[in-house]
Amino acid sequence: MVNMTVQNMEHIISEATQDFGACETIQDLEQAKARYLGKSGLLTEQLKGLGKLSAEERPAAGAAINVVKQGVEEALRQRREAILHAEQARQLESESIDVTMPARNHGKGGLHPVTMTLNRLEQIFHSIGFAVAEGPEIETDFYNFTALNIPEDHPARAMHDTFYIDDKHVLRTHTSPVQVHYMQNALKDESGPPLKIIAPGRVYRVDSDATHSPMFHQVEGLWVDEDISFANLKGVVQDFLQRFFEREDLEVRFRPSFFPFTEPSAEMDMSWNGGWLEIGGCGMVHPEVFRHVGIDSEKYRGFAFGLGVERLTMLRYGVNDLRLFFNNDMRFLQQFG
Amino acid sequence: MQFSENWLRQFVNPAIDSEALSHELTMTGLEVEEMAPVAASFSKVVVGEIVSAEKHPDADRLQVCRVNVGLAEPLQIVCGAPNARAGLKAPCAMVGAVLPGFAIKQAKVRGVESFGMMCSAKELGLSEESSGLLELPQESVVGEDIRRLLDLDDRLFTLKLTPNRSDCLSVLGIARDVAALTGAVLRLPEIKPAEVRHDEVKAVVVQQTSSCPRYTGRLIRGVNAAATTPAWMVRRLERSGLRSISAIVDVTNYVLLEMGQPLHAFDAAKLQGGIVVRNAQPKEKIALLNDQTVELDSDMLVIADQSGAIALAGIMGGAATAVTDATADIFLESAFFTPAAIAGRARRLGFSTDSSYRFERGVDFAATREALERATDLIVQICGGSAGAVTEQLAALPQRQPVTLRLSRLTGVLGIALDEAVVADLFGRLGFAFKTASGSFEVTPPSYRFDIAIEEDLIEEVARLHGYDNIPATPPQAALRMLESPETMLDRALLKDALAARGYQEIVTYSFVDESWERDLLGNVNPIPLKNPIASDMSVMRSGLWGGLLDTLVYNLNRKQDRLRLFEVGAAYGVCDGGFTETLRISGLAYGNVMPEQWGVEARDVDFFDVKADVDLLTGGQAQYEAIAHPALHPGQSARVSLHGKPVGFIGKLHPKWQQHYQLPRGVILFELDVAPLLSRQLVQYAEVGKFPPVRRDLAVLVDENVSLQALMDTMNATAIPLVNHIELFDIYRGKGIPEGKKSLAFLVLMKDTQKTLTDVEADEVMVKLLDSIVLAHHAELRK
Repeated sequence: MVNMTVQNMEHIISEATQDFGACETIQDLEQAKARYLGKSGLLTEQLKGLGKLSAEERPAAGAAINVVKQGVEEALRQRREAILHAEQARQLESESIDVTMPARNHGKGGLHPVTMTLNRLEQIFHSIGFAVAEGPEIETDFYNFTALNIPEDHPARAMHDTFYIDDKHVLRTHTSPVQVHYMQNALKDESGPPLKIIAPGRVYRVDSDATHSPMFHQVEGLWVDEDISFANLKGVVQDFLQRFFEREDLEVRFRPSFFPFTEPSAEMDMSWNGGWLEIGGCGMVHPEVFRHVGIDSEKYRGFAFGLGVERLTMLRYGVNDLRLFFNNDMRFLQQFG
Repeated sequence: MQFSENWLRQFVNPAIDSEALSHELTMTGLEVEEMAPVAASFSKVVVGEIVSAEKHPDADRLQVCRVNVGLAEPLQIVCGAPNARAGLKAPCAMVGAVLPGFAIKQAKVRGVESFGMMCSAKELGLSEESSGLLELPQESVVGEDIRRLLDLDDRLFTLKLTPNRSDCLSVLGIARDVAALTGAVLRLPEIKPAEVRHDEVKAVVVQQTSSCPRYTGRLIRGVNAAATTPAWMVRRLERSGLRSISAIVDVTNYVLLEMGQPLHAFDAAKLQGGIVVRNAQPKEKIALLNDQTVELDSDMLVIADQSGAIALAGIMGGAATAVTDATADIFLESAFFTPAAIAGRARRLGFSTDSSYRFERGVDFAATREALERATDLIVQICGGSAGAVTEQLAALPQRQPVTLRLSRLTGVLGIALDEAVVADLFGRLGFAFKTASGSFEVTPPSYRFDIAIEEDLIEEVARLHGYDNIPATPPQAALRMLESPETMLDRALLKDALAARGYQEIVTYSFVDESWERDLLGNVNPIPLKNPIASDMSVMRSGLWGGLLDTLVYNLNRKQDRLRLFEVGAAYGVCDGGFTETLRISGLAYGNVMPEQWGVEARDVDFFDVKADVDLLTGGQAQYEAIAHPALHPGQSARVSLHGKPVGFIGKLHPKWQQHYQLPRGVILFELDVAPLLSRQLVQYAEVGKFPPVRRDLAVLVDENVSLQALMDTMNATAIPLVNHIELFDIYRGKGIPEGKKSLAFLVLMKDTQKTLTDVEADEVMVKLLDSIVLAHHAELRK
């Protein structure tokens, strides 16, 4: 046991490094570690041999053994890290997925295109303070006709193709009766005028062919205030249609027409593909309607309009057949999800 | 209202083309629905007379004709028409003519030169079919251009008139409006009283003067009722959509179209005694010209003689006194019946006539006698005969009350200021009599306008004539106030969005349904019927929405869909206290795999609990469920849904018998809820968050199968132990180790004290209390 110098023992470091390098798993590495640092490992044996040295030789030899031990431990640490890294890489590799596989599919739902139009309509009118009002679909003869200045035997009744429930009740032929309900209620609870509402809903006519459905949707608009004019009616309707179709260049044409509950009355046409398309009716609230609900027509004026919701929807989304809205074919409806 | 443009232009001829005229009419409120030329364009077609027709030497069916077209020499034309014969006058297209679809050239037909073509109506584009040459009247002048002869450079205008504009139900009326609009001169036909050539008169008694304030009539004797109606009149009638019937009827129709005054001619020989205008007697019957015999109501006005009713006044004549070809003497009637006396009567009998259509909207009561004179003149011209004196019964005609228009009101309503002079000019053009006084007009409407009674009517007239286009589109100015926005009231759209996000597709189905759906699916044997349904399977108002959902399911299954989630929001209709109720419902259907067929999920059918999750979503997790029976649903898989103790709807599996009935291969889960209760929410009030962690204990018990979870939960919740925060079922087990007829339920219990950490002893005490409660109430046993 002589010459226990670092130089004499360096081979141990290189042997251990080689030995460790041959290990592929942490377990193998632990076994290899034992050969050097274990109870009867090479370096442990060397330490035990210190006792046989003289007191003068011992410190230098001890220091040399420690240097070698640190070298072996560093080799062990590096190899352990390398093995762990490789194992992790293998693990990640084995866990990799095809990210292009489809997501877990819960199925696609959606809103009916008429609802989409109504939602937009409500939003746009809401932006200038219109509230949404509703009324019954089974209406009395009074609200559907009489209160709207359509007395019995008036020729305008024949134009309405009404569904009758009994002598006094009809399925409403338009959303205009909601005007009357709303004005009456507003007077009762003193919430108006001024009044500003839209009233969307189902309406019914005895008519069924390629371009008519016995049930369809209308939206009624009403603005009553002290200083409301026909020019304002034009302004609001044009503004709405330009917002709805998102077309600043969209033109709206008003031409004289007749509704018993408005005067002056107009049909509204919209510029479309180089021509004009009828889009609804409108006018200034007829004094007789104000009289029925008890609003002073000298003090207040108002305008009302009615738009066909299916018509707007067809134009907006390019739908060419009214019947599609009520067939409820998923191949049609799911296009709007 | 349909009419010929040339006819209109005879009365008023503004210097604008047909397109511009059409636009002007539409923009003045007389909407032009359609405008079409009466004939396609063609040229160089003239009246030709076949001078001779000889058989073609080489063709059996062809003839070689010599045709005089007014040139020096007749043209040789080969013709195959069966009616080609010497002496016939027919259209001849000369060489160089362009017909609809082809041009005429000089040609050799089977070796014989042909210099033109004799034409049928079809070849000229005048009709769809024809069987030979168009035969022209013998008096046609050879060589005259066919377009001029038949007045083919004309257009048909079809107006969609609104019910207020009865004054425009005649060519003259439209001409009047066009004149007002364009400023062109109105040229009215000159009407002179006919020369009275005999002194026989018919006695007329008007009993119902309020319904018939003016009645005129006269006898015309010795007419030739079989006379031919002149071609120009037939043409104008046809271009207004009326068939030529006989000369006298044609004249009355012509004057109706021209002046808007309905007329009626009776065969005078068939009248018994004088004429009486009265209301129908109870159960009185009349056989009408349309071969219908109707029983009359006592508010229907009739023309009667001694035999009874002979015409339904203002609506239709009777068969017994109708004019025939053999008629020699006629009694011609022109009367004014008030709109109130006619309105709705024809509709009640199930028809409408040109006459009733006009009277119920209003006929010019100042032109009654003029129309009689006009018709007399035309009848005498066409059928001969001698006119007698006019009998006229006149009572109180409608009064045209002056209507005031304030310029300030006009400005307010229209939103534009118009000068007094401008308004005066517009009224002048309309032919309205008016007086002006500081800032207002007093206008007396003419007899032909039935729609001018209030100030707004005048405002509309001014606006219409001034032009709606000339009123600007101005945004309103108003005081700004924000809308109410209650946080405790959800927007309905959120419910729809929630279901759509869960994979449900919204549908819209009809509110009227097949009666059997109501009876079978909803147990409703007395649904609200429609009096006039459009189809038998759309005859009653629905009281629930499942029928429409199932119908849509079947429709789509038939189109190869195999998994559907559908929902609809709509009213359910009911009866209450003699009135009707409408409840807005949200209703859903689930069918097929729980999730679409895919790689990462094992397929299974959707079940009650899948859909219950959707109902929980809509109810904010607050709903209670209670097993109940429902006619549409599986008796063991159906529940009533309640919210805050009030029933709001149902959920369940479609009864297997209906599943079979609708031929559905797999089960269907349905739900339906009232919308209103789902929209109200409590405003959140913050509660203190505990500083101490919760303690979890589990409790596993055995209970009889028929004990519902809800019953156990209710019992445990009723103990109201303050430390208990939350109890939830987390497992259910049947099978090995569990006796038949029992189930094992495992609950987790979360406890906490807001003031300190719970000790084990405290927690154990709580568990004992909970267990005791259900042991006592439901014979539960602790599972070891």
